[in-house]
Amino acid sequence: MSAGILGARSEVRTIVAGRRKRMRRRGLVIAILVIAVVAVFLATLMIGQTFYGPGDVIRVIFGQTVPGASFTVGDLRLPRASLGLLSGFAFGIAGVTFQTMLRNPLASPDVIGISSGASAAAVFGIIVLSLDGAAVSLLALCGALVTAAVIYLLSNRGGFGGTRLILIGIGVAAMLESVISYVLSRAAAWDLQTAMRWLTGSLNGAEWSSVLPLAVASLVLVPLLLSQGRSLSTLRLGDDSAAALGVRVSRIRLLAIIAAVALLAIATSAAGPIAFVAFMSGPIAARLVGPGGSPLLPAGLVGSLLVMLSDLVGQFAFDGRYPVGVITGVLGAPYLVLLLTRMNRTGGSL
Amino acid sequence: MTESHTLAADALTLAYGDRTIVDGLDLVVPPGRITAIVGANGCGKSTLLRALARIVTPKSGQVLLDGTSLRELPTKEIARTLGLLPQSPTAPEGIAVSDLVGRGRHPHQKFLARWSEGDYESVARALASTRTTELADRPVDELSGGQRQRVWIAMALAQETDVLMLDEPTTYLDVAHQIEVLDLLADLNQERGTTIVMVLHDMNLAARYADHVFAMREGRIVASGPPAEVMTSELIRTVFDLDCTVIPDPVSGAPLVLPRGRHHARDAELEQVGAFDAR
Repeated sequence: MSAGILGARSEVRTIVAGRRKRMRRRGLVIAILVIAVVAVFLATLMIGQTFYGPGDVIRVIFGQTVPGASFTVGDLRLPRASLGLLSGFAFGIAGVTFQTMLRNPLASPDVIGISSGASAAAVFGIIVLSLDGAAVSLLALCGALVTAAVIYLLSNRGGFGGTRLILIGIGVAAMLESVISYVLSRAAAWDLQTAMRWLTGSLNGAEWSSVLPLAVASLVLVPLLLSQGRSLSTLRLGDDSAAALGVRVSRIRLLAIIAAVALLAIATSAAGPIAFVAFMSGPIAARLVGPGGSPLLPAGLVGSLLVMLSDLVGQFAFDGRYPVGVITGVLGAPYLVLLLTRMNRTGGSL
Repeated sequence: MTESHTLAADALTLAYGDRTIVDGLDLVVPPGRITAIVGANGCGKSTLLRALARIVTPKSGQVLLDGTSLRELPTKEIARTLGLLPQSPTAPEGIAVSDLVGRGRHPHQKFLARWSEGDYESVARALASTRTTELADRPVDELSGGQRQRVWIAMALAQETDVLMLDEPTTYLDVAHQIEVLDLLADLNQERGTTIVMVLHDMNLAARYADHVFAMREGRIVASGPPAEVMTSELIRTVFDLDCTVIPDPVSGAPLVLPRGRHHARDAELEQVGAFDAR
């Protein structure tokens, strides 16, 4: 009998060791991602037409007055970097929430039209109704929620189907894109900057008035989503399994949809629908941290990193300046094609 | 070992939209025994199982756990007593076996807490009793069908429920793995007293492994009792619209259903061995 207990003990030790190893890798990757996000954030503040050292930048962040740097870094670069950080995080975490919940990497809100819903509402608010700031955020939120509800209801007729939801979402996205183009073309004094923001997303002209609603929403909604991480991961086993394990499936799903759509909509109203960030962040994060844990936090960090790095590349790597969405679009489109061909080869459905 | 819980359906009516699947059904699951639900495709047996595990909400009537309606019990508390392995659960891409089995601990884990000592011990026990300990760190997607089914059962075991429900646990498995899975469930029932309720397609495996059979047709229970009493050629005709001969299984003594079909029947010889029908 004692041999049996000893045997069980060593089995427990093996399982503990295996799991600890996977969790250590996850912890290490998250730590590296955090350091990278902080480093790129600081680099964004330092690099520009005039270079400011890390000392100057940190003094400005803590509110000290540094001649020259206070304006350039504090008023121009800091809102832009903050918008990149926060919108990237919001896109990443919202995207991976949808992908986890619907168990499909294509089910990202920027692929299934929810980002387009937020964009269309925001463009309409700015150009037709002449709104700004929090009012635009609110309108974008309504646009995204209505789009999500429409897609859900259309795909729910005669039994809920994930693939149908994705295909209907792609159709709705195309429709809303044309609405955005139409409204932009009717604008009295539209310029390329505005158009680019609403078509591919851009951090140009970032202001505190648009960063603030996003910061407030992130403070509330990100912890809410993170606290549901384990329930969301359990949903990946299928709705029946999750329910049998004591997850309140409909409640968690509703909560996650509303929180993710709200984050996405408010980020979109501030930075535009930055192409493919929501779509790419989750799978990249999953590849880095490995399976087994919740993908939410790493996906948010990858999103921040993608947006801030792409913005740096767009601003300084070429002769001309490109909005961040052009760079993430160039990265994301091949990934979409890769995902589709790989699915085709493994015989998987959408 | 485990406490005996009573699970019962009381005037249970289940429907998807306007389509009624199960109509006014009453049953009591025998505690501490193995129960099989059998019936033709679409007779409502899976829906009934899902309702017993409160995945499907009844249109009317109720499912009672120890006399209390499932609707009145907290979700996590139910999940500590009733486990369900659905027909085709999906494993997250690349997940390691022990991480998947650990998901079974969900109803025992506190908000945001890490795995406790008890969680690790349950996972180790679940892996040991399904003989999957060596697979602990392997990704689930690399396993064979039989191994994968054992891992899913391990996840349900890690949930440590006194009642375990399984929806066709032997589908997609070859005959050796079917027997392996059913032997494992029989062990669990004998060693821990776990009440097992399973939907089975194969009448002969149901007859051999179950202590009690519910036979369903069009949303109603048409026969209920030990296999040796209820599994007759008349019942098979009622349930499946199929002519057959029922003889004692030479291995286990349980009823063995031999379908007649329109070809290949050698009537005279089968009449001679039709012992169960003769009784």
